[in-house]
Amino acid sequence: MEGSKRRARYVLKRLIQAVPIVLAIVVLNFFLLQLAEGDAVDVLAGEAGSATPEYMAELREKFGLDKPLIVQLGVYLKNVVTLDLGYSFRHDMPVSQLVFDRFIPTLLLMTSTIFLAVGLGIVLGLVAASGLNTWRDTAISIFALITYATPLFWVGLMLIVVFSLNLGWFPTSGMEDFAMFYEGWDRVVDIAHHLVLPTITLSLFYLALYTRLMRASMLEQAGQDYVTTARAKGLTERRIVFVHVLRNALLPVVTMAGVQVGALIGGSVIVESVFAWPGLGMLAFEALFARDLNLLLGIFLLSAVLVVAVNLVVDIIYSTLDPRIEMA
Amino acid sequence: MTRLLDIKDLHVGLPAGGQRQYAVESANLHLDANEILCVVGESGSGKSLTARAIMGLLPKPHVHIAKGQVNFQGEDLAAASEARLRQIRGSEISMIFQEPMTALNPVMTIGGQIDEVFRFHEKMPGHERRSRALKLLQDVQLPDPEQALGAYPHQLSGGQRQRAMIAMALALDPKILIADEPTTALDVTTQAQVLRLIKQMQETHGTGVVFITHDFGVVADIADRVAVMQNGLVVETGPTEEVLRRPSHPYTQALMAAVPSLIPRAARPRAEEKVLRVNALTKTYRGGGGLFGGKVRVVHAAKEVTLDLTRGETLGIVGESGSGKSTVARCIVRLNDAEAGEILLGDTDLRPLGRAAMRPHRAKIQMVFQDPFASLNPRSKVGRIIAQGPEMYGASRSEAREKALELLRIVGLDGRAYDRFPHEFSGGQRQRIGIARALALEPEILVADEPVSALDVSIQAQILDLLDEIRDRMNLSMIFITHDLRVAAQVCDRIAVMQSGEMVEIGPTAELFANPQHPYTTELLAAVPGKGWFSADGKALTEAS
Repeated sequence: MEGSKRRARYVLKRLIQAVPIVLAIVVLNFFLLQLAEGDAVDVLAGEAGSATPEYMAELREKFGLDKPLIVQLGVYLKNVVTLDLGYSFRHDMPVSQLVFDRFIPTLLLMTSTIFLAVGLGIVLGLVAASGLNTWRDTAISIFALITYATPLFWVGLMLIVVFSLNLGWFPTSGMEDFAMFYEGWDRVVDIAHHLVLPTITLSLFYLALYTRLMRASMLEQAGQDYVTTARAKGLTERRIVFVHVLRNALLPVVTMAGVQVGALIGGSVIVESVFAWPGLGMLAFEALFARDLNLLLGIFLLSAVLVVAVNLVVDIIYSTLDPRIEMA
Repeated sequence: MTRLLDIKDLHVGLPAGGQRQYAVESANLHLDANEILCVVGESGSGKSLTARAIMGLLPKPHVHIAKGQVNFQGEDLAAASEARLRQIRGSEISMIFQEPMTALNPVMTIGGQIDEVFRFHEKMPGHERRSRALKLLQDVQLPDPEQALGAYPHQLSGGQRQRAMIAMALALDPKILIADEPTTALDVTTQAQVLRLIKQMQETHGTGVVFITHDFGVVADIADRVAVMQNGLVVETGPTEEVLRRPSHPYTQALMAAVPSLIPRAARPRAEEKVLRVNALTKTYRGGGGLFGGKVRVVHAAKEVTLDLTRGETLGIVGESGSGKSTVARCIVRLNDAEAGEILLGDTDLRPLGRAAMRPHRAKIQMVFQDPFASLNPRSKVGRIIAQGPEMYGASRSEAREKALELLRIVGLDGRAYDRFPHEFSGGQRQRIGIARALALEPEILVADEPVSALDVSIQAQILDLLDEIRDRMNLSMIFITHDLRVAAQVCDRIAVMQSGEMVEIGPTAELFANPQHPYTTELLAAVPGKGWFSADGKALTEAS
């Protein structure tokens, strides 16, 4: 009970600590985006093809883009604190709604990817390490090497060619089949069906990474003194591998996975483009080219919050795995 | 009558292409119930592999039993199946190891690890397993056994961890306990307690103990019989009395002679000139806390330590781990920054000096480190390691080379060492290189932090002689950090005793040994293993043969 109380206090403390971090990220992003040439008005005008300078100035005034930077930042910060992320002129929608709509698909893709990459990576690494230098180990190592070296987008395209076009097992793109108007379980199954190829594509690279890491980690732990102790106690090899070695070997993998969740969002841009997955990555990509800075800032903010949250979760997982890590 | 353990003609094979074919060669050893057999030897003698061979715990497949028998109550374990061995391990024969921190699984509670032994060998309900585990922890005299049951290894001290380890090994009342250097990683007072515990447990349970050690002091304290190993061969066996008093093999004699005596050597006149005065040196480590509060941990590593050093003198700083002896040394060399006090080298206070201002003084105080493996850059040739210092202080390349070659000769190494890498040398040779490196800058003061504690006893004696010789030859003053009172007795003119950051006593070695003022000094002296055997005339009580 003492433990859970301490944990709750720890989580609360970390959440409070996260506030200034997220705000700092917002400010940094704001100035970073200002460094890029052009604004939304330039793009709008360019697309319209016949905007007069007066019209552009009028637009800027309407969007508040004519005010000094500091004022713009102040206004933005004030809005963020009240959870108002502004308005996307490009999409003609409030940013928060836009971002939130796209957030769910991304979260779905990320979660399934992490589970697949970490879960399968752990299993493969374990199998490879326990059959060191056998055909299983060699096969897994070769598989890991190939997937590690293959570019994401190519894997995605090949999967589409083989499994969607030739075999017809999976849909080629999108998140669900809107034309069918599925509801309830049918919809879940449909989305899961659409999710398979993007998840595999996005997770292959990380899967290779975790497989290798897990294998190395298992081998390192297997040479530790406590394994000899366990053997001297008369335990079975099974017990030694699954209880003693496994838990210790997981630690580096969990650390690595925690660090890479942020990178996953970046990697998902490519996969979302290839599979036309309606996620944040795609949205960010479009927003960048439309100079839709409000939208970009919103996406960045959400990503930052996500990374902070995931780090917290990883730290909690880590402290339950390893009692030496104190939550203070 | 069948013996409890009878090892016959045991050969432990090493992988092909190694230095020797067998790690252990035609070893014949036996052990009876209620007996402690000490297997003594230096590193590489094959003593640990012998112990592991008994339990079938050799690092397979490279190292294996090539020939011979390990008869346990008449059953040859060398030929036993893996399943049978598993049955025996932990219940009939169990083992404790040198470093209890790494020998226990860091992510499992002590209780959980003891519980496993019961679960894998006997059928009994959970609450009974728990109560038996609790009883075990009480038997090994852990303070608060209830709490220890749920504690993780890192939450216990070194001595407590080893006690927990012993509890786990004795869980099913084994007939044989194999102890592989179980006290080597412990402080001397803790070592004495753990040795007493092992002896006590052995007596109450009638266990046969195979005790592996490199320390003749420990042998003298605990063994009934002794087997001495050298390069894989058992060179001498016999009752402790006989082997220690009348060693017949030249190697045993050499080993015994190398054990430093506890009788301080003759005092030397103390020079007037003080080269170093340390006044009220204070260093505190802080941890935790941070921007958002939290508990701040404060460790007083050095509390107002005051000492001085005259020319040509060796001052020993002794204490157990965590006593702050290394911190004081590192502060004097300015590797750590003390927050208060004075470090007067001549008339200059070194403590507040910045990096640049310290530079001219750096050369005058040099340090020799404990670990000869970690303290030399593995990618740097030995010549470079030594010559680098003088070059930094303006010597030309050829001068520095000359100097390095001369120093190599002084420390007893061949000039060809100049172009080799550190890994090509043994521990003792590397420590010589470390000393040559420290001497290259012609220091006035040499600070040696446990310079011999990682070395075998015979090598230890050589390095101590070398340090002595160099001190006289170069008129150096030396600060010698050690946890080993025997070593301190042989090298130091004066000794300072430290305990949890405080210097509790300082005085000439002979006086301090004969008449310790502080209770902690008394305690330290009492804990030195093998006092009874190696005391009267300073050497082992070897009878002239």
